[in-house]
Amino acid sequence: MSITIENLNKSFGAYKALDNINLEVNSGELLALLGPSGCGKTSLLRIIGGMELADTGKLLFHGEDVRQRDARERNVGFVFQHYALFRHMTVFENVAFGLRVKPKKERHSEAEIKRRVHELLSLVQLDFLHDRYPAQLSGGQRQRIALARALAVEPKILLLDEPFGALDAQVRKELRRWLRRLHDELHITSIFVTHDQEEALEVADRVVVMNKGRIEQVGTPDEVYAAPATPFVYQFIGNVNLFHSRDHAPWTEHHGDAVAYVRPHDIDISVLPQDDTALPVEVKLVRAIGSVVRVEVAADDSSELIEIELSRERFDAAPLANGDRVFIRPRQFRVFETGEQHEFSAT
Amino acid sequence: MSIAKLNNQATLCRRISTCESSGVTLLLITVALSYLVLFLGLPLLAVFVEAFSKGWALYWAALQEPDAWSAIQLTLIAAAISVPANLVFGVAAAWAIAKFEFKGKSLLITLIDLPFAVSPVVSGLVFVLLFGAQGWFGPWLQAHDIKLIFAVPGIVLATIFVTFPFIARELIPLMQAQGKEEEEAAVSLGASGWQTFHRVTLPIIAPGVVAAALFAFAVSFDQFVISYFLAPPGVSTLPVEIYAAIRKGFTPEVNAVSAALVTLAIKSLVEWQARRSGEPLHGAH
Repeated sequence: MSITIENLNKSFGAYKALDNINLEVNSGELLALLGPSGCGKTSLLRIIGGMELADTGKLLFHGEDVRQRDARERNVGFVFQHYALFRHMTVFENVAFGLRVKPKKERHSEAEIKRRVHELLSLVQLDFLHDRYPAQLSGGQRQRIALARALAVEPKILLLDEPFGALDAQVRKELRRWLRRLHDELHITSIFVTHDQEEALEVADRVVVMNKGRIEQVGTPDEVYAAPATPFVYQFIGNVNLFHSRDHAPWTEHHGDAVAYVRPHDIDISVLPQDDTALPVEVKLVRAIGSVVRVEVAADDSSELIEIELSRERFDAAPLANGDRVFIRPRQFRVFETGEQHEFSAT
Repeated sequence: MSIAKLNNQATLCRRISTCESSGVTLLLITVALSYLVLFLGLPLLAVFVEAFSKGWALYWAALQEPDAWSAIQLTLIAAAISVPANLVFGVAAAWAIAKFEFKGKSLLITLIDLPFAVSPVVSGLVFVLLFGAQGWFGPWLQAHDIKLIFAVPGIVLATIFVTFPFIARELIPLMQAQGKEEEEAAVSLGASGWQTFHRVTLPIIAPGVVAAALFAFAVSFDQFVISYFLAPPGVSTLPVEIYAAIRKGFTPEVNAVSAALVTLAIKSLVEWQARRSGEPLHGAH
């Protein structure tokens, strides 16, 4: 089911949590809401789920206005950040809850409920835990039970609030892949909230980058990484070096007070100046990290470090040592005028 | 535990700044214990020793004294009515306060605390002003031949009034600590308000509710001032009965009834504490 959000606003007192949000979620896609804490991503998720009401704006499911429908009537599965499993019920009863509270005439027989719950528990590979209580499960298991519980009512939309936020790194990675696979199997329109860019880029079909209650950019993981629309996206997703026009004019020339944004892997290093815009620098630190070599350099008149990433082959072809004097030049960069979104790109 | 292990613990302990030397620990425990014994243990002991000084038989006989027995009955009736009444109100109020935002919330919290702050004498006076012969509802009550004040219903009403903060006060922090995610989960799974309450909220707070009820039960035994104020002639609750008896002299009945009162209170407090510190009924451990 597709979701359409138009001119949505939400304030908590004087604090503007969501500022004129417009978003189209396609049917069957897996969308990530990505942003730092306090950017409004969870508020947006809760408004879609019906746990919170928007002040103004439209919210449509498959073209149908749902603002008047409360959470109960929206047919939306919600997975909470801290799982919110019913602590006084077994895993089985947790998953069965949504089936048991259905109105009498829609309710399935006890045998059918049993069959469905076991089917769901098998789907999340935890059927053997059906008679345990939530407190007896690990974080990753709780997360999967919470998901099975949400799926029990056959929702048309699945919302997940920081689904992997409370888990340790290893479990996180596994669950991420598992969620992606599950989504490919079920094809429920899904939105998940995260502050972890790696998670968003790895799992989602499209990523919505949010900041201070606004949407900064919507795009595929590749788009938001390779072609950030705003300085914020540049800095939030991946590492970036900033060259201010005050410090090094050649790259930002003709644009007044501006900043050039350059990814660490988009910088060339050379012993001789590549052209007259090249910046003379001194190598401060060389560190090999796995498959890449990270080089930190500083311009002669500045103490600010510039980060450069080289592949191992590239580094081995022209090794560097601390104290070497070299020239750098960006292969690709983007200029944003200070305070403006105006952009200029050069290659 | 072996000595080596103990020593190990001692060295470990010394490195932690919150650990005190054994001298300080001993001193603190001694002070706390002597305080407890002096102000709580000794008086309680005195009551029980006196109550049973003439043996069990006399103790039972004293309790079966008509005056004492009717006082016990009245006290239990007042408790039996006021506790359930306050339970309904307390759960509703705590639910509203802990889980929802609404205008006048702080006013409601203040109002709930009112019986804590208002002197029982004033509370008694309020009931007389409202329901007494010259009170606001006095003439209407008389016309319909209903006797509230200086009768058993008056005592029940007063007990409800005085004990009603206890349950709400006990449950509010409990419900606030639980947050509302589980309820939100229930609603998003299609549960109605009532289903959410009786399938999710109530089972989770059940141990707290029982604990709060026991506490209110213990408190309701002890409403001396207001019972004294409102009790009809010849009828009284346990504390009033004790007071009246003391004025005639320290008879074994007084001691017996006092001991009964103290026993009831201690019993409910122990149960309350056990449930309060206890885990939820299932699962969590």
